[in-house]
Amino acid sequence: MYRLARRYRFSASHRLHAPQLSAEQNREIYGKCNNPHGHGHDYLLEVIVRGEPDPATGLLLSVARLDRLVRETVLADFDHRYLNAEIEAFRHTPPTTENVAIEIHRRLEEGWKDALEG
Amino acid sequence: MKITRRAEFSASHFCANPALSRDENQALYGEAANPHGHGHNYILEVTLDGAPDPVTGMVMDLKQLKDVIQQEVIEPMDHRFLNHEVPPFDKVIPTTENIAREVWRRLAARLRTSSALLDCVRLYETEDLYVEYFGENAR
Repeated sequence: MYRLARRYRFSASHRLHAPQLSAEQNREIYGKCNNPHGHGHDYLLEVIVRGEPDPATGLLLSVARLDRLVRETVLADFDHRYLNAEIEAFRHTPPTTENVAIEIHRRLEEGWKDALEG
Repeated sequence: MKITRRAEFSASHFCANPALSRDENQALYGEAANPHGHGHNYILEVTLDGAPDPVTGMVMDLKQLKDVIQQEVIEPMDHRFLNHEVPPFDKVIPTTENIAREVWRRLAARLRTSSALLDCVRLYETEDLYVEYFGENAR
């Protein structure tokens, strides 16, 4: 069994704030991350795939195609953006590291077949 | 308990399947398809799984592990053009996946002891890309 891991980087700003909670609860749970003006991070994204390589190509998948998928579906939308305001999924859901990971996974799954199995 | 030893080697390679056209190879392997080759500073991490010997407190003597990696991998591959100088890469495309499997093949027999087994070969081609191989029986 093989695993292949590829790292990507993007920089974005966000603010953690759950609309269901009071202002005081938000400050208590998220601390500095609740600052209404937001703040930024240099995010490091690791995409990991698992399986067996194609015997003809020796590849678990084409990294060139994976790069294109990540660039088009994640980096183009996320890099140098304010996630809360510019990504639909985070308009009403706090862009915690967990939720950002879930959204990236969803986007990659959606484009996976066309980008990598075609 | 797992123990990991890290080693480095620098080598050149290119990735192209002779049965495919130049454009197909380019689409599949990207810039790595250039037949003149290009180089990487590969970082290899070899992980053993086992229980420490009750007397020595060691899963395996790390010096011995270092020597085996040196003899089986670093000496034959360091500062070589893999496709031209290191079999089986004259016939097997030296993708990161295939190099990881070849490293496993070279190490597995020599690292099998009464208390430890080869668990994983992790090979970094760059800081941003690595492959892990867990052997053909792993799921």
